[in-house]
Amino acid sequence: MAYHSFLLEPISCHAWNKDRTQIALCPNNHDVHIYKKDGAKWTKIHELKEHNGQVTGIDWATDSNRIVTCGADRNAYVWTLKEGTWKPTLVILRINRAARCVKWSPRENKFAVGSGSRLISICYFEQENDWWVCKHIKKPIRSTILSLDWHPNNVLLAAGSCDFKCRVFSAYIKEVEEKPGPTPWGSKMPFGEMLLESGGGGGWVHSVCFSHSGNRLAWTSHDSTVSVAEGGKTGTVISLRSETLPLLCVTFITENSLVAAVSIQDTAVLDSEPVHESLDVPKQAAQKGISARERFQNLDRRASETQSTDKDLNTLHKNSISQISVLEGGRNQCSRFCTTGMDGGMGIWDVKTLESAMKNLKIV
Amino acid sequence: MSKSSMSDRFRKVDVDEYDENKFVDEEDGGENQGGPDEAEVDGLLRQYPSGRRGNMNAALHAVLKNPPINTKNQNAKERAELLVVKVLSSFKTSDIEKAVGSLDKAGVDLLMKYIYRGFEKPSDNSSAVLLQWHEKALAVGGVGSIVRVLTARKTV
Repeated sequence: MAYHSFLLEPISCHAWNKDRTQIALCPNNHDVHIYKKDGAKWTKIHELKEHNGQVTGIDWATDSNRIVTCGADRNAYVWTLKEGTWKPTLVILRINRAARCVKWSPRENKFAVGSGSRLISICYFEQENDWWVCKHIKKPIRSTILSLDWHPNNVLLAAGSCDFKCRVFSAYIKEVEEKPGPTPWGSKMPFGEMLLESGGGGGWVHSVCFSHSGNRLAWTSHDSTVSVAEGGKTGTVISLRSETLPLLCVTFITENSLVAAVSIQDTAVLDSEPVHESLDVPKQAAQKGISARERFQNLDRRASETQSTDKDLNTLHKNSISQISVLEGGRNQCSRFCTTGMDGGMGIWDVKTLESAMKNLKIV
Repeated sequence: MSKSSMSDRFRKVDVDEYDENKFVDEEDGGENQGGPDEAEVDGLLRQYPSGRRGNMNAALHAVLKNPPINTKNQNAKERAELLVVKVLSSFKTSDIEKAVGSLDKAGVDLLMKYIYRGFEKPSDNSSAVLLQWHEKALAVGGVGSIVRVLTARKTV
């Protein structure tokens, strides 16, 4: 487990390059900084300044080496590396509210942007006009889209929204791809078709994630639950109620296990039997924060802010974890994953050490 | 001039109802949810003084059955709440922990919802009792159960 503190400000979003030697992140302002790994140190090598508002989403297309960023200024830019510097290309999203999240599709020929305008913009490159064009998915979304994830078939897109629902849409663009074959989620997939809508009444859906095969979809909700749906089995949604504050991000690490990061510090690893049974939730490191008042009292009494070690914040991150990304092994055999948070730090977690640190947990 | 020949019924239309941006919650049929069965719960409660502790847990389970979550009938909700507070108040402090332990996760969440509802309308000693229940339920359900009380769109 490694932890590197980049900044004092929260890290809004991050993305890794193909060989995981460079990380692009937004230090809670209008820019994107790219850091390169130098032995044990990280040095900043690029600053991408183009956005007029906070950068809310970054995604790095690993094979074609392009970065797409979206921001609160209602714009998205596609950055390409030309002669050692990153050059932006504006993408007109036609939205009238901030963009919230962006994801390249698996084949990197299109990307999806979720925004506060209650719609998803699917953008693809039009060769004749040398221009990025976008199409909208509007119905039946009723509120801000908080998170997106693509299915491995490059057509289906899962979207988690503030209207308490998680949905799967088809983002089939006939100009850039052939018709997709049938999947467990459905066989008719015209653009904008909704193939799944989860029941409402939970809480805002913070994060969605498809499993490696695309047959399972997991999402975390603001009512402290994690739900998993299986393609083809409508109505069978397993929900795990967590005892913690709402989990803000989730990713699959094998076909049967997920890692979800809690609003504050904890990382809970969940394991499931393939046959929808109860999920196990062991926790990483107990967390007990000292309140600000106690710190001042300690300062008064003992001229030091810390108390005995068991009251210290002994978790890796010191504040909420906001994003989680798989580093090695993909979503079916993940061996390392990375978390960034509001404390300006990045934690790299090793799955094997997690497994041995938690009794009763075997990651299958 | 034109008033007598044109209809002005349009003035009675509530435009806000047709606003595209208006968020409409899902309507779940709530007519059958009348709340827990009073007779059953009372019967189980009356057996308590005779020392059959098992029945207190049964009374708790009975009162947590059939919660009036989806119904719009406020009376049903109030009756259910009063009944629940009555049952919670008749527990001995030492029995609370075991009772909470006998509930499943959904039960603990439901119990939390009733506890917070009970806090809203305090009476006599109810808040103190509810606080004890809250402490025990929190130990089992964690902060998550409180988050579910706060985020529930349809509650008791």
